[in-house]
Amino acid sequence: MDTARPGLVEPKPEPPSWTLRVRQQIERRLPMDHLLPDRQPYYVGSWVYVFGVVTIAALGWVVVSGVVLAFMGPQWWHDSSLGRFVNSIHFWSVQAFFIFMVLHLWGQYFMAGWRQGRASTWLIGVVIFGVSILTAFTGYLSQQNFDGQYIAINAKDAMNAAGAGAFFNVLNFGQMYGLHVMLLPIGVIFLVAWHIVMVRMRGVVKPIDAEGATR
Amino acid sequence: MDSPATYLHWGFILISTPNLLVIGGMLVLFAIALVAPFPHGGKDEDGHG
Repeated sequence: MDTARPGLVEPKPEPPSWTLRVRQQIERRLPMDHLLPDRQPYYVGSWVYVFGVVTIAALGWVVVSGVVLAFMGPQWWHDSSLGRFVNSIHFWSVQAFFIFMVLHLWGQYFMAGWRQGRASTWLIGVVIFGVSILTAFTGYLSQQNFDGQYIAINAKDAMNAAGAGAFFNVLNFGQMYGLHVMLLPIGVIFLVAWHIVMVRMRGVVKPIDAEGATR
Repeated sequence: MDSPATYLHWGFILISTPNLLVIGGMLVLFAIALVAPFPHGGKDEDGHG
C-alpha cells in the first residue's frame, strides 16, 4: 500500500515517445513568444541592432537573384540586359551582405555579445563569416568570364601552397560552381537559421552597464 | 570602370581608393547608428519598448 508522504517528490515519468520528448524540449527552450516576440527590451531601440536584420535581408536578395542566375545560365547573365541587371543585383547584394555583416560584427564586439551564455551564438557567427568568404570566392570563380579565369589561375598557387589544392581545385570549374550554387549556400542558410534561433532562445544581450549584466 | 583602381601608399599601408572609401563609409555608418535617435514605441512599466 502506497501512501503520499510529505516532502517526497515523485520523479516525473519519462514521456513514452521520442516525438513527445522533442516537442516538450522545444516548447521549453524556444516558446513561440521567444521565437516571434512582439516586444523587446528598451535597449534594443538602437540602429546598431538593425545591422543584423539588414544582413539577413541582403542574404535574401542574394539567394533570390542566385536562383534566377542558376536557372537562366551564363550566356543570359552576360549577354542580355535583364541578365546583367540580375547579375548586378546578385553582386551588389553580396557587397551589402558583407558590409552589414561586418557592421553587425563591430556592434556585437563592442557590446560583448558573447556574454551570459551566448558564446555559441557568437561562434556560429564566426563560422558564418568564414563560410561566406568561401562562398563569395567560389562565386568569383563561377562568373564564366576572363575575370573568373584570372582569379582561378592566380589563386591556384596559394591553394596548393596551403595544401588545399588536392581537394579544393580552383581550376576545376564544375567543383567551384557546384560548391557555389549548392553546398556552400545550404551551409550559410543553415548556419544563419541556427544563429537566429540561438538569438531568439537567449534574447538580446543586456548592455554592459545594465544591472547584473557585467559578467 | 574597366581601368585599374588607384592605390594609396603610406609606409607599409597600401590600399585602393575604392576599398578605403568603403571602409570609411562603414565607419561613418556605424557612428551614425550609435548616435541617431531610434523611433520608439510607447514604453510600458517593465521597461519594454
